[in-house]
Amino acid sequence: MEWQDEGIVLGARRHGEANVILELMTAAHGRHLGLVRGGRSPRLQPVLQPGNGVCVVWRARIEEHLGHYAVEATAMRAARFIDSPLALHGLGTLTALLRLMPERDPHPGLYEALSVLMEHLDDPAVAPALIVRFELAVLAELGFGLDLSCCAATGGTQELVYVSPKSGRAVSRAAGEPYRDRLLPLPSFLRQGGLVDTIGADDVLAGFRLTGLFLSRHVYEPRGLAEPDARRRLVELVARGGAPGQGGSVRSGARREA
Amino acid sequence: MPSPVGPEIERLIQLLARLPGLGPRSARRAALHLIKKREQLLAPLAEAVRVAAERVVVCSSCGNVDTSDPCAVCSDARRDPSVLIVVEDVSDLWALERAAVMNARYHVLGGVLSALDGVRPEDLNLDRLVARASAPEVKEVILALNATVDGQTTAHYITDLLSHLPVKITRLAHGVPVGGELDYLDEGTLSAAIRQRTAF
Repeated sequence: MEWQDEGIVLGARRHGEANVILELMTAAHGRHLGLVRGGRSPRLQPVLQPGNGVCVVWRARIEEHLGHYAVEATAMRAARFIDSPLALHGLGTLTALLRLMPERDPHPGLYEALSVLMEHLDDPAVAPALIVRFELAVLAELGFGLDLSCCAATGGTQELVYVSPKSGRAVSRAAGEPYRDRLLPLPSFLRQGGLVDTIGADDVLAGFRLTGLFLSRHVYEPRGLAEPDARRRLVELVARGGAPGQGGSVRSGARREA
Repeated sequence: MPSPVGPEIERLIQLLARLPGLGPRSARRAALHLIKKREQLLAPLAEAVRVAAERVVVCSSCGNVDTSDPCAVCSDARRDPSVLIVVEDVSDLWALERAAVMNARYHVLGGVLSALDGVRPEDLNLDRLVARASAPEVKEVILALNATVDGQTTAHYITDLLSHLPVKITRLAHGVPVGGELDYLDEGTLSAAIRQRTAF
């Protein structure tokens, strides 16, 4: 068995003294693990940092085997990320989330979104909103996608400002008004066709609360897991405007690119 | 196939094979060498191992290993008490001591935050670090952590943790190693070196 693919490093676990088991999100083979001989060498260690883009050749005698990776770097992003707490906490959030995806199950759409996100992960103007959108995409890939296209009560598509925590469907302002204490706010940058110039930090936090609730209910709790520490730290960072240059609002590029 | 040696020697080989850098074959060679040098090597080694097992303790102040608590580094009055160097592991402390560039005190975290390995803040020696950094004589905390994603995530976490204290927090520079040729460096290291360039 042999194939070649591109991928993004999710993590590398020590295997013996010289080798590592590399975990990648690949374009055509999904989350895929493989042994990298000499992965702890000074030459390969910088390449196998989370967030880096790599081109790999995977070889194994039969498909069920762990197999070996031959790795070549294509994008050394980790060196850029380590200067940015936003990028590091974002990276931790994304890798923890992707680790819950089934192994060897291709998700080309998710990979494409991840590739875009990686290019902007240290950009406080777009990264937090992109991560919210990515979490929504993961929920959808796992079969728990939210329906934000029309009102769950009226079927209308205008003024969708709430989300039902029960059904995960959008609710219009008029239909949701009597129950607004029990509904979640739908941030403007997640609304269908909602073109916005700037995304406020409050909107991003509302987005994290929205995805956090459904991730906990459908993804973390059934697996007996708590919300990842990195996600908690990321949300705290956004809440206190600690992302350098964040200044309380983010650009709408997130809406277009995820 | 029956072992050509007795259970005692087989046990010695098995234990040696667990050491870093040794596999079953090299453990056999080491065991054979020890047996051949019984008086000069085996007996003194056994005694040294016994003494170390009895006396080695983890320093309750910095997390270093030594035969006394506090350790020799912490109890050395000639060290600068205003600088605290935070390292991941004892091996990093030893590496910095070999370099002999700072006559400061250390703090060993005992690991770095890692989602993959399940290492959380409560698994690290952080409470003691905050207490030590709060001491009035401490003016600077140097985060000498690995230039990896996990190492720097931990560095940022510690920076947040100590942000309320009146101490200067610094970290090691990232860039071109001495003797390194630019042509052979990875792009990430080169870009970090360019970003962190200094006036010449």
